[in-house]
Amino acid sequence: MARITMREAISQAVWEEMERDPDVFIMGQEVGVWGGTYAVTKGFYDHFGPRRVRDTPIAESAIVGAAIGSALTGLRPVAELMTINFAFVAMDHIVNEAAKLHYMFGGQMVLPLVIRTVGGGGRQLGATHSQTPDAIFAHFPGLKVVSPGTPADAKGLLKAAIRSQDPVMFIEHATLYQMRGEVPEGDYVVPIGKSVVQRPGRDVTIVTYSKMLEVSLKAADKLSQEGIEAEIVDLRTLRPLDMEPVIESFKKTNRAVVVEEGWPSYGVGAEISSRIYEQAFDYVDAPVKRVAQMEVPLPYNRTLEQMAIPNADDIIAAVKEVL
Amino acid sequence: MEKTEYLDLYHQMVVIRRLEESAAELYQSGKIGGFLHLYVGQEAVSTGLIAARRPEDRVITAYRDHGVAINVGISANQVMAELLGKATGISKGKGGSMHMADVTKNFWGGHAIVGAHLPLAAGLALGDAYRDQKAVTICMFGDGATNIGFFHEALNLSKVWNLPVVWVCENNRYGMGTTIERASAVSEIRHKADGYGMKNQVVDGMDLLAVRETALQVFDEVRNGSGPQFLEIETYRFRGHSMGDPERYRQQEEVKNWQENDPIGIYHQHLIKDGIATEEELQQVVKDAEAVVKASVAFAESSPEPAPEELFTDIYVEE
Repeated sequence: MARITMREAISQAVWEEMERDPDVFIMGQEVGVWGGTYAVTKGFYDHFGPRRVRDTPIAESAIVGAAIGSALTGLRPVAELMTINFAFVAMDHIVNEAAKLHYMFGGQMVLPLVIRTVGGGGRQLGATHSQTPDAIFAHFPGLKVVSPGTPADAKGLLKAAIRSQDPVMFIEHATLYQMRGEVPEGDYVVPIGKSVVQRPGRDVTIVTYSKMLEVSLKAADKLSQEGIEAEIVDLRTLRPLDMEPVIESFKKTNRAVVVEEGWPSYGVGAEISSRIYEQAFDYVDAPVKRVAQMEVPLPYNRTLEQMAIPNADDIIAAVKEVL
Repeated sequence: MEKTEYLDLYHQMVVIRRLEESAAELYQSGKIGGFLHLYVGQEAVSTGLIAARRPEDRVITAYRDHGVAINVGISANQVMAELLGKATGISKGKGGSMHMADVTKNFWGGHAIVGAHLPLAAGLALGDAYRDQKAVTICMFGDGATNIGFFHEALNLSKVWNLPVVWVCENNRYGMGTTIERASAVSEIRHKADGYGMKNQVVDGMDLLAVRETALQVFDEVRNGSGPQFLEIETYRFRGHSMGDPERYRQQEEVKNWQENDPIGIYHQHLIKDGIATEEELQQVVKDAEAVVKASVAFAESSPEPAPEELFTDIYVEE
């Protein structure tokens, strides 16, 4: 196993899949000559050439729509949307086409499509470039929504997404690309739709994913110094949602905090806590607590922006409330 | 063309016409739900285009899709059963009027968001270009679709990537109830293709043979690497936009004038005048077509409803 960054892990996954399967190709803004705006596809253009590494116009509907069309012919496009904020421009193709075609035509159409995109705030990019709208995409039956929190999961889940016969939104986090971790070399695949315990504990269950996994782990370390052992369940996939490890953990701890970077209203925390009440009501010792972004468009100013995004102290405070 | 082919095209147009007339009645009697957009008056467009394609050529269209469905060879039974939402429908009763497809016949739907299938068409063509397959993607849409962003993104991408697509605008003069002049900055739709440096031409959509002839030539050029091309096909829908259309936006006289140019009538006259078929032979084709449609109604009405478990199938390939 090598210790590499999230960026390298993602790059490795795409590279290896392109080497393995000639039907896999990438398309998107600046994925080619530029090497990817987050440098994930650096070197791809020179190695794989313009047929398989396709720079597109800045036209998200065309990117996602054409990716869908090519997937229908049996190709395996990995279409990159520079940020998830731009996915709204392609919303019709994600929601009305990608999520529906298989069902609407009675199973005739199969689209092995991956939309790779980047979300999250914290980089002073202002309200339109800092959103975490993952829950919106997880709302639609027909889509699979994956959002890894470790380099190993990023590699394994992206490989699974590329091999999937279903359309997958693969949501990366802009501030995690430099995160380092042990990543298995070669053919390492993590199945989509499996939540996992990232840190064992006995006192409280923290349910989270993506960037907030890192923040939750920090909070758990601090809590540990006070003798509070938090168990952290990483969802990894938002749809299909695997509640089993969450419920199993909750039955042990009887207390839960759900941590997400996006807004709380109609969000991931709302969904998880509702399911905990539905599936483990008899085990509830305290109301499930949500930690999420303040209900404001994210401001540019660094101090204000940081105030709005959940941090380890917010998580610690929430844990103490439920204990 | 052989005589049998001429007669087959006549048969296809009459099947579409009669099938839709039956569908209108079934809609009025409540047996067909949702929206029903009839193709009546435009039959020569899809019939001529599909007659010119090869099996490897792909076709994708908008929600006014019954004509293409029949032309590509989906049986009248499967079309009618889909309209009635039955398990035997081409989309298992899950798609309805606007969502018919048969991928085994290279027909990729039936898409109901105006213009949204144009980027998909670029992608279908990309699939062929990627594998160096000589095939054309025929993408049909209405004049109304040329005002939405998808249209422009798709045309631009197809030209930038030199994709083998034929963009076919079925100009029936109205986007729902709004005339071209009230909705589009240019009234001659084909000029929009000029903006993308794309070869384009206008075709008389009431003349099946004119459509077929032009399509044969254009498909051939595109198949051999000309890059995308644009066809504006002038046509007219004799019925409203959908069954719920009060048609306050046009004069009955205008509708009548166009109806005198009925594409089936024009083709009929052509077949007689050129001595390709006799009146008796054409009457027989009409009778056969009517029998096909009548049988399709019986088939659809007697077909089973989808099983309740069908509600949960086909959401994902891999659960």
